[in-house]
Amino acid sequence: MANPLLDVADLACRRGGRRVFERLSFSLGPGEVLALVGRNGSGKTTLLRALALLVRPEAGTIGWQGADVRTEPDAWRGRLGWLGHLEGLKADLTVAENLLAAERLRGAPPAEDRLDSALVAFDLSSLSLRAVRTLSAGQRRRTALARVVLTQAPLWLLDEPLNALDAPAQTAFREALATHLASGGLAIAATHADLGLPGARTLELGTST
Amino acid sequence: MSGFAALVGRDLRLVWRRPGDVAVVLAFFVVATTLFPLGIGPEANVLARIAAGVLWCAALFAALLSLDRLFAADFEDGTLDLLLLAPWPLELAALAKCCAHWIVTGLPLAALAPLLGVAFGLDPSVLLALSVTLLVGTPTLSLIGGLAAALTLGARKSGALLALLALPLCVPTLIFGAGAVEALATGGDFRAHIAVLAALALVALATTPWAIAAALRQAGE
Repeated sequence: MANPLLDVADLACRRGGRRVFERLSFSLGPGEVLALVGRNGSGKTTLLRALALLVRPEAGTIGWQGADVRTEPDAWRGRLGWLGHLEGLKADLTVAENLLAAERLRGAPPAEDRLDSALVAFDLSSLSLRAVRTLSAGQRRRTALARVVLTQAPLWLLDEPLNALDAPAQTAFREALATHLASGGLAIAATHADLGLPGARTLELGTST
Repeated sequence: MSGFAALVGRDLRLVWRRPGDVAVVLAFFVVATTLFPLGIGPEANVLARIAAGVLWCAALFAALLSLDRLFAADFEDGTLDLLLLAPWPLELAALAKCCAHWIVTGLPLAALAPLLGVAFGLDPSVLLALSVTLLVGTPTLSLIGGLAAALTLGARKSGALLALLALPLCVPTLIFGAGAVEALATGGDFRAHIAVLAALALVALATTPWAIAAALRQAGE
């Protein structure tokens, strides 16, 4: 890889008094996707949260274009499209309101003109005025994925993105991810399922004691 | 500031969608306050004497009633992560949440209090003063309550813990809020009490957003 954008070096994290992983290093360049695999409790979610600075690493550095991301945390957060194991949606707001509110919370310019394409990508157009509380688990996951697409952030951090998705929704996700990567984006996804993208790199996290 | 306005707007919209949450708070305020005249009896002097203290205590309890969901709802549905990941200061987000809480609780409580004061036989000029004290004092309750809500996030029996944490910290506001009304009724210095209330609100404004943000970051770990 000629010019890695993301450079993680010697990362170590401790959770609940237990070291989840240590001396973890990897780099990721434009258009690359990294699948985090491993058993339950191997630290996939912790690594994603550490990369998003939601969890303080015990050691190591996270670099973006050669600079430690902790020197400018707000700028770093602005580069992230986040999908956690919870959808991050308000049950009393509609699909469209959730997506637009999330974009406004990021301090992004009005996203109304980009909303339609994000809805179409996950077949949500007919659901856009439905309150999230009336949606199925898969529909909520699709809404959360549409929110990630809407961010236009260069780095997607995804925790089990394929959870609850049916086959057409999985295809829609793969297409959205492929488009993101083709435009020079990066993605790191913790997953138990095959991302189904040719050329996806894999990082296996082991259960440490 | 666009993120700040967006967060206040989102929280107000959520309240608009579920007005019952605010209605319960206001109903509690009305019921709790009207119990006193019923329990004590129609002694006009006694009621007027205790009115400010009763209304302020009831307002404090009513405000606390709604605070345990201030951050818990965001914590449970994952939107707290989105706030933690927003590329603008979390302190501003904490302030925005407290601001929205004050708009939907502090403001209506201040508007309702004079109506309830009538049941205590308060003088019209005192009724207006009561409203002013609540307008100046309730932001402190939202900010201190917000801090307690953030500190108890994810804890079992968080509602009780929240009250135990917030109530002692709200005592100065309670004393000067009720004291201001008392001062007006007895010819004391109303403006001095209001000045202290405002000073307490400013101290809370200058300190609690940072503490709330730290507590939220801790909860997000």
